[in-house]
Amino acid sequence: MSQEVNLHEQVGEMTTHEVHHDEHHGHHHKETFITKYVFSQDHKMIAKQFLITGMIWAIIGGLFSVLFRLQLGFPNETFPILEDILGKWAAGGKIQPEFYYALTTMHGTVLVFFVLTAGLSGTFANFLIPLQLGARDMASPFMNMLSYWFFFIASIVMISSLFVQTGPASGGWTVYPPLSALGDASEGSKIGMDLWLIAMALFVVSSLLGGLNYISTILNMRTKGMSMTRMPLTIWALFFTAVLGVLSFPVLLSGFILLLFDRHAGTSFYLSDIFLASTQKALPNEGGSAILYQHLFWFLGHPEVYIIILPTMGLVSDVMSANSRKPIFGYMAMVGSMFAIAVLAFLVWAHHMFVTGLNPFLGAFFVLLTLLIAVPSAIKVFNWLTTLWRGNLRFTPGMLFSIGFVSLFISGGLTGIFLGNSTLDIHLHDTYFVIAHFHIVMGVSAFFGMFAGIYHWFPKMYGRYLNNTLAYIHFWITLVGAYLIFWPMHYQGLAGVPRRYLDFSGWASFNQFDGLNRFISIVTIMVFAVQLLFVFNFIYSIFKGRRVTSQNPWGATTLEWTTPINPGHGNWEGEIPEVHRWAYDYGKDGRDFVPQTEPISPNESPESKH
Amino acid sequence: MSTLLIIAILLLGFIVVFQIAKASEYVSVLKGEKKTFEQNNKINGFLLLAFMILGLIGVYWCNELYKGKILGEAASDHGEKIDTMLYITIAITGVVFIITQILLFWFSFKYQYKEGRKAFYYPHNNKLEVIWTVIPAIALTVLVGFGLYYWFKITGDAPKEANVVEITGKQFGWIYRYPGKDKVFGKKYYKNIDEGKLNQLGLIWDDKASHDDVVTNEAMYLVVGKPVKLIINSRDVVHDVGLAHFRMKMDAVPGTPTTMWFTPKYTTAQMKEKTGNPDFEYEISCDQMCGKGHYSMKGIVKVVEPAEYLLWLAKQKPNYVMSNPELESKPAVPVATPADSTVTAAAKIAGSNSN
Repeated sequence: MSQEVNLHEQVGEMTTHEVHHDEHHGHHHKETFITKYVFSQDHKMIAKQFLITGMIWAIIGGLFSVLFRLQLGFPNETFPILEDILGKWAAGGKIQPEFYYALTTMHGTVLVFFVLTAGLSGTFANFLIPLQLGARDMASPFMNMLSYWFFFIASIVMISSLFVQTGPASGGWTVYPPLSALGDASEGSKIGMDLWLIAMALFVVSSLLGGLNYISTILNMRTKGMSMTRMPLTIWALFFTAVLGVLSFPVLLSGFILLLFDRHAGTSFYLSDIFLASTQKALPNEGGSAILYQHLFWFLGHPEVYIIILPTMGLVSDVMSANSRKPIFGYMAMVGSMFAIAVLAFLVWAHHMFVTGLNPFLGAFFVLLTLLIAVPSAIKVFNWLTTLWRGNLRFTPGMLFSIGFVSLFISGGLTGIFLGNSTLDIHLHDTYFVIAHFHIVMGVSAFFGMFAGIYHWFPKMYGRYLNNTLAYIHFWITLVGAYLIFWPMHYQGLAGVPRRYLDFSGWASFNQFDGLNRFISIVTIMVFAVQLLFVFNFIYSIFKGRRVTSQNPWGATTLEWTTPINPGHGNWEGEIPEVHRWAYDYGKDGRDFVPQTEPISPNESPESKH
Repeated sequence: MSTLLIIAILLLGFIVVFQIAKASEYVSVLKGEKKTFEQNNKINGFLLLAFMILGLIGVYWCNELYKGKILGEAASDHGEKIDTMLYITIAITGVVFIITQILLFWFSFKYQYKEGRKAFYYPHNNKLEVIWTVIPAIALTVLVGFGLYYWFKITGDAPKEANVVEITGKQFGWIYRYPGKDKVFGKKYYKNIDEGKLNQLGLIWDDKASHDDVVTNEAMYLVVGKPVKLIINSRDVVHDVGLAHFRMKMDAVPGTPTTMWFTPKYTTAQMKEKTGNPDFEYEISCDQMCGKGHYSMKGIVKVVEPAEYLLWLAKQKPNYVMSNPELESKPAVPVATPADSTVTAAAKIAGSNSN
């Protein structure tokens, strides 16, 4: 009895809550600049904050790669302009080894974490979860705001590490100890490394605040009729991503904390039997295991690559379906394969460690589980292909990037079958083959998915379109460039050329690729320039782009296109729409599309048992 | 100057492209949105097909261009297994690659927007989905099967008759140790390392087994056709013994020794002939980021005939002797009394250590 009363009370509360929201809606003009653009609690504004911060990071991270490609492509030339800008790091116009390693380290850190994790999930989870689920905002808008600001502070700390005298972290983005633990072993392991660790700790906090919010919003705040199996695949993808992040980032943090202890508190978690040539001294630490760190790191590190790629799989599925005017093929198989990928993500981390002296018997299990991931991945690819089959394809920029995504995902995914096989990993480990593999499958693919998302949802974000011609130029040069850069690297890898070498002139085994290295560097610069063109298009179109004139410009079924062209805080004026069907009724019964909000009519063919 | 010029050209190109893009938007307004869309769609559909065809030609061409540059035949028995595995994997993934890429771009081209075409409402098909779950699963089972078969052969125990060599990485170079006549490595402790006294591994002279150990930075000498087991150590940070020609690789972890074994198939001299390069050397590359000199951390492997190996080994002075030059200046000790000299020397070291 009392329970029932409680229930009613709750319902009553919820109603007042909503009423309050609607009231709030009427008072829009009271928002100040600070509450609207800076400390905003509107999920759409927070998404834009993540996106723009991510784009700034992407430019910085991309610029780093241009700089180190200059060294790789032109090892014998000097660029005096670099000395003018970078000072001692490019003494004599040549990039110094310490700086080269700082560049590669920061390139990896920035792009993996700050762009493709925060910039990607932060943008699309924040933007699309409430809009596609029919919620007025996130479960906790305040936590959501905190999530962005922790990310912002992490960014500031990371940026500041670029300006310290001994330089930023330079031990590779994986920062393996003992190298990263000992300032005497490397300049970058001095204060730069502390700043790196602090920035990453703040980043983990941001990621957890965001992730918990995404999960609770998806589980609790779906509108009436939006059952889990009616959610667009984007939401499913973001859901799995958030779960992966919440479960694995704390492990990374624990690894970092132990590393901080080893650096400053005299502990020996990772350190043992070390004699440093630079000081001619033996360290007191004994009994630690450098491999322990690698386990802790890759326990996040591997799920991390799925944290990057899963959201883009979701985005691509939705963009592709909408522009094929066809339902996504095998919705449940898509959800199931993402679930399988999310589970397997936790069981394969040691495939990064086949040659660390890991017990070969244990390695065998990791081979099996790793190659198992190829099965759900293959299902997804075939389902995308079937989605295109007999569609009526509109090559909007978002659609082109989705097709490019699938192409790159196939290419990069297949090379994963090489590396996941421990036998081949013996030869290919830490060579250019690895660089080629992960750049194609999670770097460029994820960017393609992200671009697909940006081009597709930009009209919803800003009420304007991006310029199409620039978009096509952007797509074609990026696609061709990505293959030109990374495809030949497989051959370098097969030749055993190691990663993280800045000069091959001392090596008889690896110096046969000078011409290729130069070619790759030139293409890199061109592709980077085209990304700047995209950024320009983005900024220009926010203010001057062609205006969106209809509520649903792509003819899509999902809820975000039922909001006003420029939705305010709260998203819908009046009632939140109710959902009556899944998100993929394109081309059903001869109709171009049926929005999710339309009730099932009695003479409609039965809802498919997807 | 040329840098500025390049930047200026890029900037100019930027402006031109932008102006064209802006103009094209106006044109599209004039032409009507629908017509522009149809035109763009046709162009992109065609480009997708062209990209696939040129891309596949490019893949073939790239292969022709570089297949000669990827090291040639493996120089160890394990390397051969790895190469076989590589060819199996390339064959299977290659077929999948070509089929899926062709389908992707062909579908894109074929089913591009046409006025009046109705997309086929096709939400799922259980049979198809089962097929493309099972086929990849079978293909992967084959790959896992072959892979693990070779993996256990390669990582299994080294044969008993294998030579044992210890290799230790440091920033930024390699140290090789041979056990000497007794075939036993002497004990070592990293706090004993004293480069001034030429004891770069911290050998414990109290342990008699260390007295005939040979330590060198020159090169790692291996016997052709004879299995060799490497005991891999690091003195400071994580390194990695990368032997591209032998297709072998193993991390060097401070505090945790690792091992790997293989059988070299060709001597360095034979490789010089095979490759037609009189300067050919087997190189050891450090394959794990280890600091600013990582890219220059090179070692040399000399694979030689057994007789040459014995000759080389005989010429090497044990580290013990090099580290204790006072022993060398003494007249050669008669063979009958080596035990005594060892004791005194050991006592001496123990005494100096306690200081």
